[in-house]
Parts: sequence; C-alpha cells; structure tokens
Amino acid sequence: MTLDETKAGLDAVEEGPHLSEKSMGSSDGKIADPDGHPSVVALLLRFGDSVSGHRVSAGTQHVVWIDSARNLEVLHWLRDDQDHQYDMISDITAVDYGAGRPIDVVYQLFSTVYKRALRIRCELPLDGLEIDSIVELWSAANWLEREVYDLFGVTFRKHPDLRRILMPHDYEEGHPLRKDFPLRGRFSRAEQTRRALDQSVEHSYIAEEMDLGRDPQQAVPIIGTKDGDG
Amino acid sequence: MSKRTVEFNVGRNPEMGVDGSVVDSPIFPFDMPEPDLGTENMLINIGPQHPATHGVLRLVCELDGETVKRVIPHIGYLHSSFEKLGEYRTWNQIVPLTDRMDYLAPLIYNCVYVMTVEKLMGIEVTERCKVVRVICMEMDRIFSHLLWLGTTAIDVGAFTPFLYAFQERERIYQLHEAFTGARITTSATRVGGMMADLPEGWTNGLQDFLDTFPKTLEEIDRLLTRNQIHIGRSQGIGAISAEDAINSGFTGANLRACGVDYDVRKDQPYYDYETYDFEIPVGQYGDCYDRYLCRMEEMRQSVSLLRQALERLPGGPIDVEDPNISLPSKTDCMSDMESMIHHFKLITEGIPAPEGDCYMPIEGSKGELGMYIVAEEGGTKPVRWRIRPPSLVNLSVLPKLAEEHLVSDLVMINASLDIVLGEIDR
Repeated sequence: MTLDETKAGLDAVEEGPHLSEKSMGSSDGKIADPDGHPSVVALLLRFGDSVSGHRVSAGTQHVVWIDSARNLEVLHWLRDDQDHQYDMISDITAVDYGAGRPIDVVYQLFSTVYKRALRIRCELPLDGLEIDSIVELWSAANWLEREVYDLFGVTFRKHPDLRRILMPHDYEEGHPLRKDFPLRGRFSRAEQTRRALDQSVEHSYIAEEMDLGRDPQQAVPIIGTKDGDG
Repeated sequence: MSKRTVEFNVGRNPEMGVDGSVVDSPIFPFDMPEPDLGTENMLINIGPQHPATHGVLRLVCELDGETVKRVIPHIGYLHSSFEKLGEYRTWNQIVPLTDRMDYLAPLIYNCVYVMTVEKLMGIEVTERCKVVRVICMEMDRIFSHLLWLGTTAIDVGAFTPFLYAFQERERIYQLHEAFTGARITTSATRVGGMMADLPEGWTNGLQDFLDTFPKTLEEIDRLLTRNQIHIGRSQGIGAISAEDAINSGFTGANLRACGVDYDVRKDQPYYDYETYDFEIPVGQYGDCYDRYLCRMEEMRQSVSLLRQALERLPGGPIDVEDPNISLPSKTDCMSDMESMIHHFKLITEGIPAPEGDCYMPIEGSKGELGMYIVAEEGGTKPVRWRIRPPSLVNLSVLPKLAEEHLVSDLVMINASLDIVLGEIDR
C-alpha cells in the first residue's frame, strides 16, 4: 500500500459514516396507527398540538416526538397520571444524524405498574441546543443528562450540577459524539498528551472541591500542594 | 475527629458511655465550657487507584471526623468512546467492543448487542441459538456475581470466600475458553447466530460445574450469611426505600433488595424466559445485606435455569439460514460460486438494516442492560449505538446512600452496588 493510499484510508476514517440528507427517523408529522398503545392515544388527545410525530419502530416499539419546549410538562404527566404511571426512566440519550439535522434527545420510559415501555423524542435545532432538565422528576436523570451534555453539548436548563462526566471537567476539544467531531480528536497527539499529563491542581479538582479544601486562614488552596497530598 | 475530641465527649456527658455505662473518669471537669477546637470538614481523595473502588473510580469525600458528609464521584478514567467507535464499524465488527465493556460478564454483553440488532432487523434466530444464548447469559450471571461476592467479602475482611469464589470462576473461564477460545474477550455472538456451535462435550463440562458449584455456594453461604462481622458491616448500611430506588434509577439486584420485584426477564420477557421455572428474590430493607442475599439467591436460580436450559437444548442449526445474514461454511465458499459471492458481499459490505431505532433491555448481571440502536435505511453501520449502562445509573446513587455513614461503610456500600468501571466509562 502506498503512502497516498494509506492517507486516503485514514481520511475516510476521519470523515466518519456517510449519511444521507433525506428525512430519516425524524418527526415528519406522520402519525402511525396509535391503537396498539394506550399512552400514545392519550398523549395525542391531551397534548395533540405538541406531538409532532409518532411511529412504530422495530415491530412493537412506539416512539412519539414531542415539542421540546413542553418536555417537562409531558413527562410529568406521563409519570403521575393514574392510567400511565411511567415511574421508571430507563435511559436518556441523544442522537446526532449529522448533515446539519437537528439533534434528538431520547427518553426511554417504563411503567413498572402497567409493564409498558414508551419512547419520547425531542428535536433540538443545532442553534438552540437547550431543553429543560427532568432531574426534578427522576433523580436518575442527573448523570444521564450530564452524559448527554458532555458528549453532545445539549444544555439542560435548571440541572443542579451540569458539568462534564466522562471527559475531564476542563476538556476543551468539544463534544465527542457529535458527527462533526473527528474520531481522533481535534488537538494534535502531542497536545492531547500534554493536557492529559497536566498535573495542576485545577485539572484534578472541580471548583466546588477547591472551595472545600481551602484553608479559611490562608488564601491559597491547601490541597494538592507538596506538604499535603490532598 | 482527633482522639482527644472523642475522649472529651465521652467524659463530658456521664450518661453517654461507649457501652451504655456511666463513665466516671472525666478527663475534663463537667462544668468546663466546651473549648473551641476549630474542627473543620476534611477533604479526602479516594482513588482512582484504590482496591476498594473496584476499578478506576475516584471519590472525593468531605468528611466530618470519620463521617461522610458528601461524596463527589469522578468517573471517565477508562473512557474509550466505544459508542463513537461503533459508528465506524459494521454490525458484526462491533461485537468485540461489547465484551470489553463488562469484562466480568462478557457473554451477556455479546448477546444483548446482537439481540438488539436482530430485533431492529426483524431476524428470528433458531431455537437452538436461543437456548445457547440463555445458557451463556445465565452462566455469566453466576460468573459476575461470584466476582462481586469475592471482592465484597474481602472488602469487609473475609478472605476465604474470595478464594472459593475465584476457584469456581476459574471453571467458568475454562468453559468460556472451550467454547470461544478466549477467557474474557469472548466475542461469541454474530448477528443471526453464534460464532460457532457448542463444541462436543461442552455441555458435559457445564453439567459438571452445575453438579458441584451449589456445594461451594452453600459453603460460602455458611461463611457469610450468619457471620456476625459481615452482618454488622452490612445490615442497615446504605439503605434506600423502594420509591427512592425506582426514582433514582436503581435496577437489578440493587432494586430488588428494596422489595420491588422488577426483573426484565419477567416483565419484558425475551428468549422464552416466561416458559422457564424460576423465581425473583426480593429483599425488604434495601440495605447492603439484602443486596447480598438477593445476589446469592440469584445464583441459585441461575443454576436451576441452566439445568432447565440444558434439558431443553434442541438440535438443529445454530445460525439462521439466510445467506444475506449468516456466513456460509468454508467448504461451501471454496466449492460453490453462490456462497462465495454471499461471503464476499457480507464481508465487504455488511448486513443492510432497515430505517428506525430500537431499544432492547435485558436483565444483565448488574441491572437493566439496554442497547439503543439507530439505523438509516440500508445502513451497514449504526448511526447511533448507545448502551444503557446499569452500573452508571446505580453508581449515581452512591452519594445519597453514603451520606452520614462512616468511611469504612462507604467502602461496603460501593462494593454492594456491584459496579464495573469498564461499562460505566465505556
């Protein structure tokens, strides 16, 4: 293999998966037959103007697209309404299709009472990646939303502790699971190594911990210094 | 809290002796005003390299004396971005990534991944394949629980169960190796079937294991279940109510210890689990001890499930007979033009998927393990591949559980959650 061929191969890897721009899995306003799922029927009745799409995926799984401005309201109702009681949030994640299409935030709900599952999706345009946090409904959402924020750059309004979770808290390269993020990262290998080996106190501790570890008598933080090993 | 402060407190209040008796040798006179010792909360860092964190987990704790006031967990030290890597691989190429996530129960992860892809594509696997996968998953449930049992026992000072558990784990390692050629990184499944059928005599090996393993389990049970030290370290520690547990996303044995009988095998059955005869153990108090009891009983149920699966293991092919999904045999490839073309297409292009998304939960060893896959029309790679990590959600409850407990209890609570960092960080 020549050097050029190798380079072309690597470029293809950097480019990432090829995606078409045609409508795909989006809220195209179509409503599939909701009869199989009582919660979908009820959602259409109650929040009909906020439901922007519905489809049945993989045979039996019902997916409902709702207006991202009303996610908290709809999820609150789904959790507390006597006929639905989705008391368990299995998963929160996001999907980036690339090609400038909106990023979808996905909520996977399950009701331990009625043994039913439902998937709620909210589309967020790339220039308005903000949605209300649902930590007040389920505390399980805390880390799951932090992960979406970390890897996709979606901001969750009123989240109690919105900071990166898998990447370092002071990571500056962007949001890795976005389609425009290259597989090998944005910085050079040398720069990445330099940052990873950075031994400064600020790199290892978040601001809150720095405050906790600060000696009130002294202006400088006492953690991580040569005298105390923090 | 220094030693001095403890003595002072004991001496100051004569009714507050350590063993309930009146302490009659005060170090300070009773009427002396409490001096301002200037105590303040301390910040300590546990991990990421610490044996009690069961991996590269880092906990920054705020302590008042020895009482935990606040825990801030830091994860991500093992982050390998499997989900991103998956977007660059064809459906079958992703399988090796899955067992590297949870190296304590690799076969469960292999299975759930291909199950999700098959559900998305509408592939119905053969009866034999279903039972073989049930065997794989139940075997690895025991495999994972044994490691949890050994390491948790050693965290509270019991060394013997660790040795017993690892001796039994070694036998499952050997079964892994006999089946897949690898001890940990099994990569045994393929879309539409398995990498290979069970080798001859393998079921006898598993039967041997099933005949002798319950005896070892009972021995461990005798060492721990009524052990006063173990009870003292685990009862009433890290308790959580059923409502809180559901709200904070607990699944698996952690949730069942609180008295909620949620088990994906019963509630959203897959692979004919509804036809097997097994029970779901539930706890009552939701503390570390109940989690221990639940996992012990789960191992017994898994043994029973494995016996039933071995009994009903049908013959026949293990892969689906669709040339667009399963690879043809090597002999066919070399002698039959048609097979060779299929082989070439499958290797170079992969299996085309329909448009849509699919979430498939199963009962993993750590809790509800789900995979979420989004595909485009005809796509041979996922647009998005997401793992719903049970350990991550379970670990996120740790700060709440550990509050107002001692540092040594924090170790026990962390151990009782049964986390694996490979899957948390992915």
